[in-house]
Amino acid sequence: MSSKGKQMIRARGVSKRFRIGARQEPYQTLRDALVEMVRGVLRRRNGDDATTLWALTDVSFDVAPGEVVGVIGRNGAGKSTLLKILTRITEPTRGRVELFGRVGSLLEVGTGFHGELTGRENIYLNGAILGMRRREIDRRFDEIVDFAEVERFLDTPLKHYSSGMWMRLAFAVAAHMDPQILLVDEVLAVGDAAFQQKCLRKMRNVAGEGRTVLFVSHNFEAVASLCTRAILLHHGRAVMDDLPQPTIEMALSQYQMPGRDDFTLQVLRKDDVVPRPRAIELRAAGMDATSAIGYNDEIVATLQLDAPIAEGHTFGFQILTTGGVTIFNSFHRDRAENPPLHPGRTTEVSVRVPARLLPVGSYEAVFACMKPNAESFWMARDIWFEVHDVKGDRNEGMTSKRPGLVSVVLPWDAR
Amino acid sequence: MKYPNKELSALPAAPLVFVETLPDEPLVVIEPRTSWLAVDFAELRQYRELLYFLTWRDVKVHYRQAALGVMWAVLQPLLLMAIFTIFYSRLAHVETGGVPYPLFAYAGVVLWTFFANAITSSGNSLVNNVNLITKVYFPRMLVPAAAVMASLLHFAIASVVLIGMMLYYRVAPTPRLLLLPPLVLVTVLFATAVGLWTAALNVKYRDVRLLLPFGVQVWLLASSVIVPSSAVPRQWRWVPLLNPMSAYIEGFRAALFGGPFDGPALIIATTITATTLLAGVAVFRTMERSFADVI
Repeated sequence: MSSKGKQMIRARGVSKRFRIGARQEPYQTLRDALVEMVRGVLRRRNGDDATTLWALTDVSFDVAPGEVVGVIGRNGAGKSTLLKILTRITEPTRGRVELFGRVGSLLEVGTGFHGELTGRENIYLNGAILGMRRREIDRRFDEIVDFAEVERFLDTPLKHYSSGMWMRLAFAVAAHMDPQILLVDEVLAVGDAAFQQKCLRKMRNVAGEGRTVLFVSHNFEAVASLCTRAILLHHGRAVMDDLPQPTIEMALSQYQMPGRDDFTLQVLRKDDVVPRPRAIELRAAGMDATSAIGYNDEIVATLQLDAPIAEGHTFGFQILTTGGVTIFNSFHRDRAENPPLHPGRTTEVSVRVPARLLPVGSYEAVFACMKPNAESFWMARDIWFEVHDVKGDRNEGMTSKRPGLVSVVLPWDAR
Repeated sequence: MKYPNKELSALPAAPLVFVETLPDEPLVVIEPRTSWLAVDFAELRQYRELLYFLTWRDVKVHYRQAALGVMWAVLQPLLLMAIFTIFYSRLAHVETGGVPYPLFAYAGVVLWTFFANAITSSGNSLVNNVNLITKVYFPRMLVPAAAVMASLLHFAIASVVLIGMMLYYRVAPTPRLLLLPPLVLVTVLFATAVGLWTAALNVKYRDVRLLLPFGVQVWLLASSVIVPSSAVPRQWRWVPLLNPMSAYIEGFRAALFGGPFDGPALIIATTITATTLLAGVAVFRTMERSFADVI
């Protein structure tokens, strides 16, 4: 695959372990640490107990010059962790990565920009943070300013820039650092459609010059059209490394419904007697839990509780995009014909959503339980699922692939 | 379920010329670090311009939108000096070895202000630069180091007034002035050492953020800023002895005004400084690995 066996990236047995405790808490206090220490002494020290999580396990791959490699996988499969290791933001727990060229990434666009500094000052600061020497920045300064179209505002503090100008300037600096290895995280490459197009164009140019691109994405279409190869991560392991098409098919077949306890509980207001979620299941109506949700299916989301509900408890259900934009909110009380909730008896609720509302892609579902006076309120988040266009009418399926938050088939009129 | 692969053909194979220029040895090797103390000096050298830019950013941002601007570097120690002069030299007699009290106090306050600013700003530096730490790699030590450098610049500005005051009070420098640069250097090293500790611990334990302002106030009282260590009651003499800042401030005055040096105190102080610095580097380098995960 490579010329004369030269490589750009060589990764061997890369593994990363997180302590879940450390990830959940934003920060610890000394008291927590002291308590932990005492606990650690009492309990026998064990590196692999329930509080650790392997985000990556034994991942190995080579990337040759000119290759554009897509990294795909569900949320939590280890994609972001892999990028963070390659950019040296975090250290692998085990394994070794060799990089044979300068690394640039489109996930660090605008890093270190300071609103109080002028455009000119920020170009130098940002360039230095990205690893450019001052002389390099001097040489490319005019190009950067041209690209960003901010000549007139060079000596204006950045806080007076519009978000578009801010973005253009950030991208201009990143784009002019000439990386030999470019790392792109689609989720982090925020911005409007034009800006995303600019990012994709840049990726293509970079690859055309014989450099290497690693593209982390949820978007199978983009991976299929841009990449020469794809790596599928699943639970932190590289389970497939092949041409994009077969890898994507493998990913689709693997994208099953989330496990019944695959959710994160977020308690916003406490109440000792509230029932907590025991299991959550999303499946296509009339199918078993392991089959993919297709465009023509009806999604049945079921919430099982660990205890019967109390007086006044009610439920909500929400679907969000991978970017965290709410597509809709639904509540049990919305509709008078809904079967009533019985305090002391009800232990399960479910809601049905026509999948054809949602364009093909990944979504997050959220169940919420609350009392009207908000004495108690929790949300079960991070229930990820995919909508595929694997079956159904081809014509109708087309609407599900259009850009947009919802997909609809509307009656038209003509006179 | 067909994914168009038409764009693929538009991608040319890697140009051979480019491939030829690739190194045989990797530019960067990413591995779990095993040694605690390994400081990559070559890498620090490579990033020295970033230290300059970070320092320069800290200084610029510090005075942006402040009407009095750089004047604050002078005003802060001047006001402290005025307060000490009114309360301590007027109400209680302080033995300063013949140096006018305002000059005695200002010299102490200037060096102390440097130290206090340096450890406070470097202690909070990593936490205040979360977006840098979680998005891009560079030697993390540069962040607290830049905070110390910025404080050093404020110190230089405040020192101009010190020269003015020496002229006003007609205190002539002696050959002992030659010892001033090494004294400032060890003070900078000590500030860096404490800064590394507080910066690293602050990432994991935000208690540090709350402890720092209080700690600085208490530390001031034990640092011979207001009264010389000779005025400390006999049973408390070990306090300034274990506090390098006390020795450095007294040494700073001795170098400026030609007083006697307290050799043993300075030796103890530099030993403590070296130990704190080595331990600080080790702690920082150890905790550095998880900064991005816990910050």
